[in-house]
Amino acid sequence: MLTTLRWIIQRDMTLASRGRAGVLSTLFFFVIVVSLFPLGVGPELSVLRTIAPGVVSVAALLASMLSLDRMFAHDYLDGSLEQLMLVPQPLSIVVLGKIIAHWLLTGVPLVLIAPVLGVQFDLPPKALVTLVFALLLGTPVLSLVGAIGAALTLGLRGGGVLVSLLVLPLCVPVLIFTAGAVEASITGASAEPHLSLLGAVLVLALLFVPWTTAAALRISME
Amino acid sequence: MLEANALECARGGRRLFQGLSFSLARGELLKVSGPNGSGKTSLLRMLCGLLPPVAGEILWQESDISSLKENYLKELAYLGHANGIKAELSVLENLRIHGGLAGDDPSEEKIGTVLERMGLGGSEASPAKTLSQGQQRRLALARLLVGNKPLWILDEPLTALDAEAVNLIQVVLGEHLKGGGLAVLTTHQPLEVTTGRTERIHLAPVNED
Repeated sequence: MLTTLRWIIQRDMTLASRGRAGVLSTLFFFVIVVSLFPLGVGPELSVLRTIAPGVVSVAALLASMLSLDRMFAHDYLDGSLEQLMLVPQPLSIVVLGKIIAHWLLTGVPLVLIAPVLGVQFDLPPKALVTLVFALLLGTPVLSLVGAIGAALTLGLRGGGVLVSLLVLPLCVPVLIFTAGAVEASITGASAEPHLSLLGAVLVLALLFVPWTTAAALRISME
Repeated sequence: MLEANALECARGGRRLFQGLSFSLARGELLKVSGPNGSGKTSLLRMLCGLLPPVAGEILWQESDISSLKENYLKELAYLGHANGIKAELSVLENLRIHGGLAGDDPSEEKIGTVLERMGLGGSEASPAKTLSQGQQRRLALARLLVGNKPLWILDEPLTALDAEAVNLIQVVLGEHLKGGGLAVLTTHQPLEVTTGRTERIHLAPVNED
């Protein structure tokens, strides 16, 4: 089981390293969207500090939507998805491997760059730390929930937009708790309740998504 | 070993075949023929468990494949219409990753000998996208030899192959069957394999009232 996970992650990471544009575009989208706000809103620090939690969470949400339609689409087109479905392991394990790889490639870079962007909004150091933790818990949920959408829209025309329409409403809890955690630590309150809730959402998603996505893939591949 | 009872298949509201039964023992080959759109690929995908049959059952060693799941997939190698190789990965990486996922974990020497045999020796490090159509098909077929699965399910294995490669496939298939393997394949080209028994199924379009 673990070796299967390792092979899938290694496979997707190698593939991504051969075509780097996909990974970098997510990261640059995030950086640019977040940087546009200080330019558009103006340099009023108190305003920036108020909107920062929301802006960063929304931008992270949108950025992670960008690469979702590619999660299974390439493998579907060249026939390797069929081969992956015939791997002698439960399909949910294969799916989990692909989700972890997707998170490592798109979620982790966002987590790492977020504190740098937070400085643009004059966030205090404590809020920056909270932001990192909140994104660390929130971005895997985005990859997980996104996987269901990607599997359901596999092979449909205009699947990319459809995935976003399907997935964005489901990601509202992540948005609320991420922004809430950062906001709490700006005002000096405890961010812990928000982070705990984010953790709970993550555990719930980890429990159900691989299984649901596997079922969705089976339907799409019939 | 492999047995199908009264299989029925429908695609897009149209019934392709029904009441299809066969049984295949070790060392036997099943050739599926029929015009385009008669359900050959659907039958093969059904045998892989990728497509659930509308009615009927598929048995492997007397157990239904839908209850065997991974234990059945362990025994099977499938070659579809699409080659299922990643263009960005090298020839060697393609085989290593596929072998690793299939649970074979082949050694480099084994991959080397297989590639030599399939006429791909020397191109281990080149990305699969630099290969020609026929060479990519050879690479997809090399997966069968790297693995050690008793049941081969091959959908038009000869497309894009030259005469030399077709001969090679016939020999390889013969060896596989002689070694106690089973194979199910569709092909429009003549394919002569020396084996104990070849079963043939011809799928004809069903006339519905």
